[in-house]
Amino acid sequence: MSREMTGAEMVVQTLIDQGVTTLFGYPGGAVLPIYDALFQQDSVKHVLVRHEQGAVHAAEGYARSSGKVGVVLVTSGPGATNAVTGLTDALMDSIPLVCFTGQVPTHLIGSDAFQEADTVGITRHCTKHNYLVKSIEDLPRILHEAFYVAQNGRPGPVVIDIPKDIQFKSGKYEKPRDNQHKTYRPQIKGDLSKIKAAVEMIAQAKRPVFYTGGGVINAGPHAAQLLRELVRATGYPITSTLMGLGAYPAHDQQWLGMLGMHGTYEANLAMHGCDLMVNIGARFDDRITGRIDAFSPGSKKIHIDIDPSSINKNVKVDIGIVGDCAHVLEDMVRLWKDVAGQVDKPAIKAWWLQIEGWRARKSLAYKNSSDVIKPQYALERLEALTKDRKRFITTEVGQHQMWAAQYLHFDEPNRWMTSGGLGTMGYGLPAAVGVQLAHPKDLVVCVAGEASVLMNMQEMSTAAQYRLPIKIFILNNEYMGMVRQWQELLHGGRYSESYSAALPDFVKLAEAYHAKGIRCDDPAKLDAAIMEMIDYPGPVIFDCLVAKEENCFPMIPSGKAHNEMILPDFEGDTGEIIDAKGKQLV
Amino acid sequence: MTQSQSAYFLSDAQPPTRRHTVAVIVDNEPGVLARIAGMFSGRGYNIESLTVSETEHEKHVSRITIVTTGTEKVIEQIKTQLDRLVPVHRVVDLTVQGEALERELCLVKVRGKGDTRVEALRLAGAFGAHTLDATLNSFVFELTGTTEEVERFIRLMGAVGLVEVSRTGIAAMSRGAEGMLEAALPDGAQGR
Ligand SMILES: Cc1cc2nc3c(=O)[nH]c(=O)nc-3n(C[C@H](O)[C@H](O)[C@H](O)COP(=O)(O)OP(=O)(O)OC[C@H]3O[C@@H](n4cnc5c(N)ncnc54)[C@H](O)[C@@H]3O)c2cc1C
Ligand SMILES: Cc1ncc(C[n+]2csc(CCOP(=O)(O)OP(=O)(O)O)c2C)c(N)n1
Ligand SMILES: [Mg+2]
Repeated sequence: MSREMTGAEMVVQTLIDQGVTTLFGYPGGAVLPIYDALFQQDSVKHVLVRHEQGAVHAAEGYARSSGKVGVVLVTSGPGATNAVTGLTDALMDSIPLVCFTGQVPTHLIGSDAFQEADTVGITRHCTKHNYLVKSIEDLPRILHEAFYVAQNGRPGPVVIDIPKDIQFKSGKYEKPRDNQHKTYRPQIKGDLSKIKAAVEMIAQAKRPVFYTGGGVINAGPHAAQLLRELVRATGYPITSTLMGLGAYPAHDQQWLGMLGMHGTYEANLAMHGCDLMVNIGARFDDRITGRIDAFSPGSKKIHIDIDPSSINKNVKVDIGIVGDCAHVLEDMVRLWKDVAGQVDKPAIKAWWLQIEGWRARKSLAYKNSSDVIKPQYALERLEALTKDRKRFITTEVGQHQMWAAQYLHFDEPNRWMTSGGLGTMGYGLPAAVGVQLAHPKDLVVCVAGEASVLMNMQEMSTAAQYRLPIKIFILNNEYMGMVRQWQELLHGGRYSESYSAALPDFVKLAEAYHAKGIRCDDPAKLDAAIMEMIDYPGPVIFDCLVAKEENCFPMIPSGKAHNEMILPDFEGDTGEIIDAKGKQLV
Repeated sequence: MTQSQSAYFLSDAQPPTRRHTVAVIVDNEPGVLARIAGMFSGRGYNIESLTVSETEHEKHVSRITIVTTGTEKVIEQIKTQLDRLVPVHRVVDLTVQGEALERELCLVKVRGKGDTRVEALRLAGAFGAHTLDATLNSFVFELTGTTEEVERFIRLMGAVGLVEVSRTGIAAMSRGAEGMLEAALPDGAQGR
């Protein structure tokens, strides 16, 4: 059944038909018809952000925490260019988004018209796909196709650039039909013969490790459930990337913690020393592999990924299985029953013994203090005081982000929102806005650095407008700590431009944004202050003054292999850790 | 180890590279060529030759033939990266399929008088080139052949008054009865 309506009405009708209830946007000349159509309905809630980058990050937080598509609406020119960082962030972290951009009327395209930008040209490289709508007849198909492409296969952001005249034109709108896309048909089911071979290999391993990533989160809660079943059935150790936290419960004995540059000793040594690595939905990122030529030299590798281009991209694997994690895991769980008997129990026991030895090094230990709040301590207290609630965490980028990954524990998927691939400072606060809108009743905390949080601070105004009780927990070390740490390790402690000078008074800033400000610099008063934050029914900015020159360990320095980590009890000159060769690599 | 000040692990190892001809069937939607060319430039891959034309007008399907060089790993990446682009129907590595037919066409303008002019015409005849235009002191020749033949021809024309060259780039096709869209899917390719 088709109905006659304007292009702008089609956009809104598509949102309704696609089950979208919330969209994030900012108006302007080239999207006024769409704003007018939004005004005349109440199925879709529009959230007015304060900067288009904030809209995209909010949509990312909304999408990652709910499993739905995040939707953004911005105007032409500056509206679209402001969205570019967010789109790139979503592309790197495989977040499904649909972003509508207004465009100047068709007949003015190419004339350097007012607020014209080549949006499809600019966003071609930072979207999974994009469209410039050239006629009203194409619009309904493109609208539904965009939602299909954003969610299917490896998820990602899709831009639809709609000239203003098309928004005014009338045409026939059709509801989405779930027929297949003409050309884009990602492989969902894995090749069964490869899955069989993989399961046999897993059963015969003597020193196996599961290395899982964001793909398991992308595949939905069911995939996380199947992962738990498989890992428990095998009894093997499991580690996960920054993007995969929560797919496997952090409180489980088989969990080794996060791996990679700032991962735990046991996770990295297990990766280094294993004889079989089972990568499920992770992409052998360079923060994981370190030096490629020294990466897990003695292991066979299995890789499950929905994107064929991820397989053999950075690391050559022995079995590559293209498919959706949930489907492949389902096959694996079923097939495991036939091979479970082959497991070499004494070998696995010996492997665990070795891992327990590494675990006993307690690589996340740190020297606490009664005078000054250590950032690690602050997060341990935050964990202790919030772990029994339904809690969502977002982060900014820097040391605080890594500490949050190390000291906060996630037992469920979709509770941890961070910018991993692009590492975008300014992600966390708007992401918290999006998460809180998806989960109005739950506790949403943004673990922030004092530098990052200023990048999209304006979104506090959005939080105030929609009465979103987000908690911005700033680990204020008065430094761009991550930069300072690298300068200490690599550049002789010459802290070039990494001091956070002239900081605002965050308590007063909170008040200016109609929020509550809390400051704490005393470890003894920290618990009470955190409780005050949690109990306050509105938005809070918590200025937690922490030790200024704390380093984030463990760390695999650049140019080193997994078995050459720096541990927190390192005593010596940090400037000497990375040799001349390593310094060139950084 | 390299001297670069990069934030990442770098290696100087240089595995051997090979030349591959890849055929890509795409939906001829706006920007599809930019998307493909942009993927190559964005990821640092080479394009030695690229030809594109709509091959089925009713279905708006185009065929793009790309000649590229890279290590085995890079060639594999190029193919999977092409395949994941939304408007791409099918990617086939004609070099892997073996002995694909490859031809390109060139137009060559030469200018000269007397002996050079005679020699130009004689060489063109020896190569089987067609004469498309002639004036009292110039010729335009057309030659279709392999890249090697075309290059040899152009080199020789350099000695007899070469003024201008225009080349199409390579069009390629596998031998045998099977069509590209029917051929068995290569390992790991997406089912379409
Ligand atoms: C300052 C900083 C430090 C960092 N340090 C670390 C560190 O120490 N450790 C660490 O782990 N990370 C670290 N990161 C993050 C790192 O940069 C990468 O973002 C991260 O490691 C990538 O995670 P991933 O491999 O799980 O891949 P993701 O980016 O989550 O990609 C997911 C993969 O799964 C695939 N996939 C998607 N959907 C599906 C599906 N349905 N089925 C199957 N496969 C699917 C995708 O194709 C892709 O290959 C750091 C980031 C920053 C900013
Ligand atoms: C937009 C952007 N610009 C620059 C960087 C480089 N960078 C990474 S971490 C960091 C410092 C972050 O400082 P802060 O927010 O105070 O966090 P800390 O490391 O101190 O915890 C910088 C500048 C980045 N990741 N993103
Ligand atoms: Mg800081």
